[in-house]
Amino acid sequence: MIKFENVTKIFPDETVVLQDVSFEIKEGEFVSIVGKSGAGKTILVRLILGLETPTSGQVFFQGKNIAEIDSFEMQKIRRRVGGIYQDYKLLPNKTVYENVAYIMEVEGKEKEEIECEVPKVLEIIGLKDKVDNFPKELSGGEQQRLAIARALINHPDIIVADEPTGNLDPYNTYEVISLLEKVNKAGKTVVLSTHDREIINKLGKRVITIENGKIMRDEKEGRFII
Amino acid sequence: MFTSFKRIFNFALQDFSRNKGISIAAIFVLVVTIMIVTGLFFFHGLSQFLISEIQDRIDITAYFKDDVEEQNILTVRDEILKMSPNIKSVEYVSKDQAMQVFNEKHKDNAVLARALEEVGTNPFLPSLNITTNGDPVQYAEVSNVLQTANFSKFIEKVDFSQKKATIEKVFSITSNINSFGIALSIILVILAMLVVFNTIKLAVDSSKEEISTMRIVGASDWFVRGPFIIQGAIYGFIACIISLLISGIFAYFLSPKIGVILPGFSAFGYFLSNIWILILIQLIFGIGVGVISSFIVVKKYLDV
Repeated sequence: MIKFENVTKIFPDETVVLQDVSFEIKEGEFVSIVGKSGAGKTILVRLILGLETPTSGQVFFQGKNIAEIDSFEMQKIRRRVGGIYQDYKLLPNKTVYENVAYIMEVEGKEKEEIECEVPKVLEIIGLKDKVDNFPKELSGGEQQRLAIARALINHPDIIVADEPTGNLDPYNTYEVISLLEKVNKAGKTVVLSTHDREIINKLGKRVITIENGKIMRDEKEGRFII
Repeated sequence: MFTSFKRIFNFALQDFSRNKGISIAAIFVLVVTIMIVTGLFFFHGLSQFLISEIQDRIDITAYFKDDVEEQNILTVRDEILKMSPNIKSVEYVSKDQAMQVFNEKHKDNAVLARALEEVGTNPFLPSLNITTNGDPVQYAEVSNVLQTANFSKFIEKVDFSQKKATIEKVFSITSNINSFGIALSIILVILAMLVVFNTIKLAVDSSKEEISTMRIVGASDWFVRGPFIIQGAIYGFIACIISLLISGIFAYFLSPKIGVILPGFSAFGYFLSNIWILILIQLIFGIGVGVISSFIVVKKYLDV
């Protein structure tokens, strides 16, 4: 589903953030990308979403080279990816309901379908009573749950979560990870970027360890070793 | 397609009502700039009125000898009309009419009336009052007709030569007013557009992160850009209505005051008779600048 081929990313100030990185993520896999802060995890996620272009090498999404597709095609791919970010990336001027509905509206879904699906997802995620609140009126945990609801609403092919538990307390962290496991069990691919040792060790899934922009380990049932 | 447009329109209305501060600031700046354009429109009307008033007041008077027959004077008039068909008017004033006009004008002046009585006869000469459109070429044509051998023998004097310098000066002033008006309009309109552009830029800048998020979740160019452009159009439309009301009220209340300085010019009359063209200018300027500014500013942030 996702393939990195000898990807190197160098910033204009000559900082090397990724160096000759190659790996493949198959459909239905749950892959954790671990590493210290600044190891290059976020850049890796941004490369998958087409938010960055590699300095050299190629990134493929469902067989398509991301660097070679046009803006229209890229937006279509992004609709197939459910992104969850550490800074939530919610729409501040839209309510909880509108933030989730926006994703379906982007996809061109009918009003009736939106009115049926959004409340369901918000109930599962525990935000049923906050539909009319704006993101700034929610706690950190609630905002992250809203981001998850938004990532799940369109039944994407893959969930890409970049440090989704970075700002959460242990209880909310557990909830978010359980939810991602559930999604994976339902057959979706999950890419989780984190530096939380406990989460990784509990999951017992594939772990790619990055250090100084290079892949140090890629283990099928990995543990957090840095 | 229709669903998408409806959604984009709803987003625009939603953002407009939720960002009241920014919306009010943008409308205020647009009102100020539309008022500048409206002011230029009134300035144009006023200067055109002034120019035509000045030109109307400059005429050539050819005084004929006392014994010249009326028929000959009318032949000169016809010749002038033949040479310059675009001339505004050529009016024949007979001796008696000239006397009547004088008496009417000075009916309260006993000294002048007595002086006229003492003269005994009508001392006024028949004349042709020639009004051109203010173009020196026309003056030259009229002058040529009057100077031909056939006619010059009838003529006592022409006050054209005394007026020539003034006429040329007026013509140069009016053409200067027109060029100055055009240059001033261009500068002010460019300044106004830059101010509006920067205000809309500030409004869109505050949504920079939001635009980036919309792109990340897969929104198409138009799904992101549309609401901002429609918001720009809404700003422009509201600003137009406010500007139209303000200019109408100003024209209504200032009309009598302007009328005192410039008799014959009604600011409110000018406003009413040009209301459709004014609405069109305000709409094109307000909505046009609002939409184009939004389009350009958002384009910058779409590259995500």
